[in-house]
Amino acid sequence: MSTENQVKKVSALRNGTVIDHISAKDLFNVISILKLDKIETQITFGTNLGSNKLGKKAIIKISEVFFKDEDINKIALVSPHAKLNRIKDFKVVEKREVEVPDTITGIVKCVNPKCITNNEKVRTKFTVIDKDNVSLKCHYCEKNTNHEDLIYNL
Amino acid sequence: MKNKSLVSIDDYSKEDYLKIIDLAEEFEKNPVSDILKGKVISTLFFEPSTRTRLSFESAVNKLGGRIIGFTDAASSSVKKGESLKDTILTVANYSDLIVMRHPIEGSARYASEVSGVPVVNAGDGANQHPTQTLLDLYSIKKTQGTLENLNIFLVGDLKYGRTVHSLLMAMSMFNPTFNFISPKTLRIPDEYKIYLDSKGIKYYEHDDFTDYISEGDIMYMTRVQRERFADPIEYEKVKNSYILKNHMLEGTKDNLRILHPLPRVNEIDDEVDDNEKAYYFTQALNGVFTRQAIITSILGLK
Repeated sequence: MSTENQVKKVSALRNGTVIDHISAKDLFNVISILKLDKIETQITFGTNLGSNKLGKKAIIKISEVFFKDEDINKIALVSPHAKLNRIKDFKVVEKREVEVPDTITGIVKCVNPKCITNNEKVRTKFTVIDKDNVSLKCHYCEKNTNHEDLIYNL
Repeated sequence: MKNKSLVSIDDYSKEDYLKIIDLAEEFEKNPVSDILKGKVISTLFFEPSTRTRLSFESAVNKLGGRIIGFTDAASSSVKKGESLKDTILTVANYSDLIVMRHPIEGSARYASEVSGVPVVNAGDGANQHPTQTLLDLYSIKKTQGTLENLNIFLVGDLKYGRTVHSLLMAMSMFNPTFNFISPKTLRIPDEYKIYLDSKGIKYYEHDDFTDYISEGDIMYMTRVQRERFADPIEYEKVKNSYILKNHMLEGTKDNLRILHPLPRVNEIDDEVDDNEKAYYFTQALNGVFTRQAIITSILGLK
C-alpha cells in the first residue's frame, strides 16, 4: 500500500496539519510535546502503520491547527524523521521536515543527577552541540546529554 | 566584566584573564586599602571549604569591605527547606556581591540568573571553580614572566579534576604544550583531547613520571583519590606512582615551579616543600590578590 493511500485510510483532512513519519513508539511523546491533549479541534491518529524506513510508523492529523516552527522543532528530538504537511482545502500547500533547534528549553531532563535542574525547581535549558546525533550541553551543569540518554520531562 | 557574574571560566575572554592578572599584580603591591569601604559581600558556603572561604574573606577584609554569610548549609535556612532561589533573592537584598559555594552542579549559573547582584562561583560541585583557575594563571604568569608557549605537566587525577580541566581550557589560549601524567583509569577525557586537537595544541600522555619532566616549566599536581577507584587493588597499585619526591626534581629546569590547588594529602612528599621549585603555598597567597582583582573589577571599582 502506498503512503498516500495509507494517509487516506486514516481519513482526509480539509485544513490543518499532517505529521507523518513519526516512529510508532514515539507517538505518545509527540502528542505530549505538542500538547495535543489540550486541542479542541478534530484529531486523528494512526499508528503501527507499515513503513520501509521506520518499520512501524505513526501519523497524526490535526484539523484547523497550524504550528509555529519553534513548536514543531521540539519534536525533532523525539522523532527526527517526522515530516509535516500543511493542508488547505484537501491540498498539501507546504511540506517540511523537522529541524533540531539550537537550544532546547524544558522537554528533556539533564542526565547528571547532581545538576541543579534535578535538585530544585529549575527548568532545563540546553545548547545543541551536535544536531545529527542530538547531543545537548546543559546550560547549568555544563555536562552533555547524548541521544541515548534522553529522558523526556513532559 | 562590570556587574557580570563569574560562574564559569568560559565567561571570561583572554583579555579578561590578562586584565585580572594585571590587577592582581597591582593588589600584590598594595593589598591593603579602602576601596571596598561601604560594600557588603556575602559568602554563602552551602558546603564547607575553609581554604576558599578564608581566601575570599581575607581579600575583602584587606580592602575595607564587610562580610556576611554562612559557612555550611547546616547553619542556614536551607536546613529549614528553603529553596536556593529564595535564599539568593533574599541575600541579594543585603549585599553588593555574592560569593557562593554549593555542592550541586549548575547552582551558580542558576543563582546568577535569579540574583539582582553579581555572583562569583566559588565552586559548584564537580563543575566549575573559576577563581581557582584565575589564581593558577596568575601564579604561572608570575613565576614564568609569561603565559605563552609554556610546557605544562598535569599530574594525578585528570579525569575528575575540575581544576585541571579549567586550567587546560584557559591555558589553551596561550599556545602551550601539555604533558599528562595519570593512571590509565584517570586519563584526561576524550572531549579535552578533541578540543586540543582542534586547536592544534601538542600533548603527550604518560603512565608515570618520566624523564620528560626535565623539559617542564610548570608541574601541576592533583590528588589521586581512593574513592575514584572501583577496584581498591587498582588504587593500591597506582597510589605510589604519582608521588612527587625531591630527587625527581634533579635535572629539571631552573624555572620549573610546582603548583597544587591544595589540600595536599601525600602526592607531594613533605621534603619537596623546602625545594625552591615548590610554589603551592605562595600559589594560595596569590589567591587573595586574584580574588581582590575579581571582586573590584566586577563591582566596577577597578
